Amino acid sequence: MILSTLETLPGLMITHHLGVVSGSTVRAKHFGRDFMAGLKNIVGGELKGYTELLNESRQQAVERLRQQAESMGADAVLNIRFATSSIAAGAAEVFAYGTAVKVSRA
Amino acid sequence: MWEFYSFLFLLVVGYGVGTYLERSHFASIRRREQELINKAIVFTVRDLPELPGNPQLRLVAAGTVVSIDYFKRIVAMLHHFFGGNISSYESLLERARREAILRMREKAHAIGATMIFGVRLETSAINDGNPKTTTGVELIAYGTAIIPDHTAGATPQLWHTPA
Repeated sequence: MILSTLETLPGLMITHHLGVVSGSTVRAKHFGRDFMAGLKNIVGGELKGYTELLNESRQQAVERLRQQAESMGADAVLNIRFATSSIAAGAAEVFAYGTAVKVSRA
Repeated sequence: MWEFYSFLFLLVVGYGVGTYLERSHFASIRRREQELINKAIVFTVRDLPELPGNPQLRLVAAGTVVSIDYFKRIVAMLHHFFGGNISSYESLLERARREAILRMREKAHAIGATMIFGVRLETSAINDGNPKTTTGVELIAYGTAIIPDHTAGATPQLWHTPA
C-alpha cells in the first residue's frame, strides 16, 4: 500500500478510482498531561504530552485509513491530508483522508 | 492584594523563563537546520520529477504543540485592545512551525530519504473545552518522503544551495 501526499505516482498509472477514504480518532488527554500543560501555560514552550498524544492519534488515523483502503482493494491512497480539531471537553480529533486508487505499471 | 502579587509573579516568571526558553529553542532550531542542509530537502511541489529506478515513497508527518507564556499572553491581550501585529504570537508560531518541519525532515532523513515532496503545513488551536481560551497551538508538517533507488545511478541534483 502506497500512502502519499502526491497526486500522481512516478511510473504508475491510475486504473481505478475508488473514492475518498478516511480515518479518524478522537482522544482525550489525561490528568497528568493536563497538569503539566497548566504549568507550561505560564512559561510557554512545547506541551510535550500533547505532542505525543496527537502523534499517536495521527498514527492511528493513518492506520484506519489504510485499513479502509485495503478493504476496498486499493493499491494506493493519494493526496492524503490531515486535519486536527478541538472537540468540546478537552478532546481532540485527528482526521486523515485521501483518495483510494488502483494502479498498474505504465 | 494577594491577587495582584500573584499576577505580578506570573508576569515576571513568564517573561524571564519564557524568554530564556524561546532563545534556547531558536538556537537549537538553527543548529539542527545547519546539520540538515542539503539533506531531506522540502518541496511543496506535488509532481515528482523523473527519477532513476524505482524510488520508494513514504508518508512522513511530524508536529508539535506549543503554548505561549503568561507575559506574552497579557501583551497579546493589550494588542487585542489596540490592534496591530501581535509579534509575541508570531515568534511562537514561527519556532513551532520550524520545529515541525525539522522533525519531519529528521524522520525522513532517518529512513534514508533525500527529498520530501508535496509538503503541507497545518495549524490548529487546541483548547480545554472552553473555546474562548486556547491551551496550545498544534503545528504539523507532512509530506511524501522519497527514498532514491541507489542501484539505478545517481539522483539528479534538483536544487542548489546558495553560497
